[in-house]
Amino acid sequence: MHNFEYASPTTKEQAVAALGAQWGETEALAGGTDLLALLKDYVVTPKRVVNLKGIKELGGITYTAAKGLRLGALVTLEEVLDNAAVKRSYPALWQAVAGITSPQIRNMGTVGGDLCQRPRCWFYRSGFGLLPRTEDGAPMVATGDNRYHAILGNSGEAKFVNPSSLAPALAALGAKIKIFGPGGARELDADKFFVTPKSSSEREYALQPNEIVTDILVPVSVSGMKSATYEVRQKEALDWPLAAASVALTLDAAKKVKAARITLGHVAPVPWVAEEAAKSLLGKTISEDAAAAAGKLAVANAQALSRNAYKIQLASVAVKRALLQAAG
Amino acid sequence: MAEYKWPDADKRAYIGKRISRIDGPDKVSGRAKYSYDINRPGMLFGKILRSPYAHAKVVSIDTSVAEKMPGVKAVKIIPVPGNEIQWAGLELVAVAAETEAQAEDAVRAIKVRYEKLPHFVNEADRSKAPEAYLRPVNTRDVGEPEKAFAEAEVVVEGFYGNDVITHCCLEAHGLVTEWTDDKNVLAHPSTQGISPNGPQLAQALGLPASSVRLKMDHIGGGFGSKFPVDPWGVEMTKVSQKAGGKPVKYFLDRDAELAVAGTRPSMYSQVKIGAKKDGTITAWESDTWGSGGVGNLGPAGLPYVFGRIPNLRLKSQTIATNVGPQRAWRAPNHPQLAVITMGAVDDLAAKLGMDPLELFLKNLELTGARAVNYREELLKGAEMIEWKKNWRPRGEGAPGSTKTVKRGLGLSIHTWQGQPHNSDCDVIINPDGTTEIRIGTQDLGVGARTVLNIVVAETFGIPLDWVKVSIGDTRYPFSQASGGSTTTGGISSSSRRGSVDALNLLFEKVAPGMGTTADKLEAVGGKIQVIGDASKSMNWKEACTKLGVTPITARGKQPGQGTLASAGVGGCQMADVSVDIETGIVKMNKFVAVQDCGLIIDLKTAESQVFGAMIMGVTYALYEEKIMDDHSGRMLNGNMEFYKLAGLRDIGEFKVHMMTGPGYDDRGVIGLGEPPTNSPGAAISNAVANAIGVRVSTIPLTPDRVLTALAKKEGRG
Repeated sequence: MHNFEYASPTTKEQAVAALGAQWGETEALAGGTDLLALLKDYVVTPKRVVNLKGIKELGGITYTAAKGLRLGALVTLEEVLDNAAVKRSYPALWQAVAGITSPQIRNMGTVGGDLCQRPRCWFYRSGFGLLPRTEDGAPMVATGDNRYHAILGNSGEAKFVNPSSLAPALAALGAKIKIFGPGGARELDADKFFVTPKSSSEREYALQPNEIVTDILVPVSVSGMKSATYEVRQKEALDWPLAAASVALTLDAAKKVKAARITLGHVAPVPWVAEEAAKSLLGKTISEDAAAAAGKLAVANAQALSRNAYKIQLASVAVKRALLQAAG
Repeated sequence: MAEYKWPDADKRAYIGKRISRIDGPDKVSGRAKYSYDINRPGMLFGKILRSPYAHAKVVSIDTSVAEKMPGVKAVKIIPVPGNEIQWAGLELVAVAAETEAQAEDAVRAIKVRYEKLPHFVNEADRSKAPEAYLRPVNTRDVGEPEKAFAEAEVVVEGFYGNDVITHCCLEAHGLVTEWTDDKNVLAHPSTQGISPNGPQLAQALGLPASSVRLKMDHIGGGFGSKFPVDPWGVEMTKVSQKAGGKPVKYFLDRDAELAVAGTRPSMYSQVKIGAKKDGTITAWESDTWGSGGVGNLGPAGLPYVFGRIPNLRLKSQTIATNVGPQRAWRAPNHPQLAVITMGAVDDLAAKLGMDPLELFLKNLELTGARAVNYREELLKGAEMIEWKKNWRPRGEGAPGSTKTVKRGLGLSIHTWQGQPHNSDCDVIINPDGTTEIRIGTQDLGVGARTVLNIVVAETFGIPLDWVKVSIGDTRYPFSQASGGSTTTGGISSSSRRGSVDALNLLFEKVAPGMGTTADKLEAVGGKIQVIGDASKSMNWKEACTKLGVTPITARGKQPGQGTLASAGVGGCQMADVSVDIETGIVKMNKFVAVQDCGLIIDLKTAESQVFGAMIMGVTYALYEEKIMDDHSGRMLNGNMEFYKLAGLRDIGEFKVHMMTGPGYDDRGVIGLGEPPTNSPGAAISNAVANAIGVRVSTIPLTPDRVLTALAKKEGRG
């Protein structure tokens, strides 16, 4: 890796001041499970790395029945997995973390880092860029081996998939991402936190270069709320999902769906909110048929690339199974 | 003259028992030092500039900036064979610097101009191969294949494939190398052949063989990919010389390890089998191709195991590619041949509506001399996996199947030679009663130290911990490289002969004092005694004092007098899998291996070998593939995220049974490292076909392939 300056602030104000105004000049370091690999492979070459781990207020999990759940950005994935309130009240989130089957990543990786990790696209990781083109100008993903790439939201240049394990669950649960920057704090809905970049100099999330994620706020889990995450993953050992779905349902006394949110992961450049599929469930009980139909609706607009048609089925099955799992 | 044979079964104190690996505690505690762990005083770090292009000529290389960078001690341009780069990742310039980061910075400051040439990296679809990449077609007929197919009562056709995979050694290739003075080299490589690599490195450097010393205590995987000294071994030693002889550490980064340090060739085949209605196979036809990089692979070696099918029509062709070259991969070609042959035979059983176990048993005479062993092994395997209880005809789903998860069983048989390699050793008895064996072998993972310890202690009739085992040094007697499953046969034979000779020399020293002659003595239970008369005995340590100040050193050799080892093994494996037909994901339920390997020295390390082969087998059956980018000609998954290896939770339950006793022990010692790696792909592929009712033609059996096969079966493909 290139040499870089190392800043280790102890307040979020200092951190923001240490971050640059341009993407690429500086990088924020939390658990380091992603950044170190990117640095070693020269995929990112910042002039300065800003270590966030010294900022105490970015840690901690709090849960109250009245206010819901707050995760500090530096909370490790293992801390989430070990938290009884998360397991009890937000199964979709807990299951999403459980799907990260590397203890090393869970022990070091943070929830903020999970959201801000860069795409696992092998063209990007090989140094060909986020929206890679060949030396002759051909789009590398569309004409290359795209077996793990996007089936939804892939009509533009960006064909990588969002790598976050937590994002689909947080979006389904209606979470907000709290951000701090030079202008102070702001909040974004979890699904609005992610954007599809139009150029290689843009990022996949709505942060400014000198902003950081500080908190994740998950609203109260109301009575009758059921949630689940289902990952289609080839291996039990460390492996990225081929498709994932998180669902949150509010059921009435007759077990009919009053409200539903469905978000897919690893199928699009952003966590993919499947609104039509969710709407199709309103007023219904979650039967095998209803779940399967919602699964089909979730991928109705999917467009396979040359090598990834199978992922359309996997995404559909993930939605079906997450719904059935949530409904119990 | 002493007689060299193994002790009878009732006289064995250690041989054939379950004895724990003697270096196990060192390995699990981290005390064991692999070559990668070696750090020498004043050591520099090596880095290599590798070609980003798969096919190109080097126009110019400018190292002037790199040479002046901080910490850089030596820069050396590596000659390109024929001045034509044939694969991405080829070595171009070697650098040594005081820190790893400085070395990497220097590599990135080297300017190379290339003349790019067209490349070809994906051969699975042979219709896309350019003419220049097609090697000559091999054809061969045996018997009368046309007539046999015309007369066959049933003919089954299928396509079977194996993609290119790598060795993925967890300890990368590399070495720490230095000049101890201006004439002598000391290196710590990660190698499968300490003894042969010494002279090879010396020759490459233009030094006398006696000027190069290699040492290695432990190796973190080789699998056939660590035989040569490698360009980086030679070049980094030259770089060390340029840097005044300072030690240089160079090990491949993971991406280079996966890109250039060896592949297992692909093998694809269109197969036709002719048979009688009762399942007797009468004819085989195959049209096979594959690639191991730039070279030629030669004829394919089909049909596998069932070599006596009377009528054959064989066609095979190598397709060259601009991919890092093949190296021997644990039983070269056998795993691929098994996937093709056992898949086709299994498809014949399905077409006939026969239980494949019955079909295999029916055709065993086509396997030749070991048919009787295969029969015993198949029946044993069937018992272990409860074949009769659990097997159902293809597509019906074994018991426990649900609407979406289908369970199936599959089997395969395999073979390997495993003849003993050449081996010399010195067996030493010291006057203080301690003993040592010195041998220039290495422990590739087979438990070589433990085998040597057992053989010497068994022969001397002493406790295991009275023997010091010294391996991994070119200063010890020459023992061949570990490859072809030849090591245990070779080193157990040489160490037995050396121990017998050393013991006889000791007998001659002590016999007069015991009022007898050497030929009347035996060594048992820490004593030397008159055969059959325990009252006339002397304990081992006391006996050794009779040596005065002069130790006994006896040279043991293989080959030598008497037959202690032979060749030729068989085995069968049976897999029980579950396939999620909505996601295409295959899970291992249970995996059973039955294996023979002649006389087993250590039952525990033998079983461990089979377990290891089965893990590797599950991995290549389900996950591994070297994925090449058509555009850049580079490997896309040169990392441990997308070059997928099975974890413990992916392998299911394993059961191993080693064949022992009469008919097995009397064959002497036969190597075991490779054969159990041959069947997993075939057995698992057959189990998946049994579960879902359709063949998934090519391994690895990934979700997309399983779903594609299912779609085709349902007419959606």
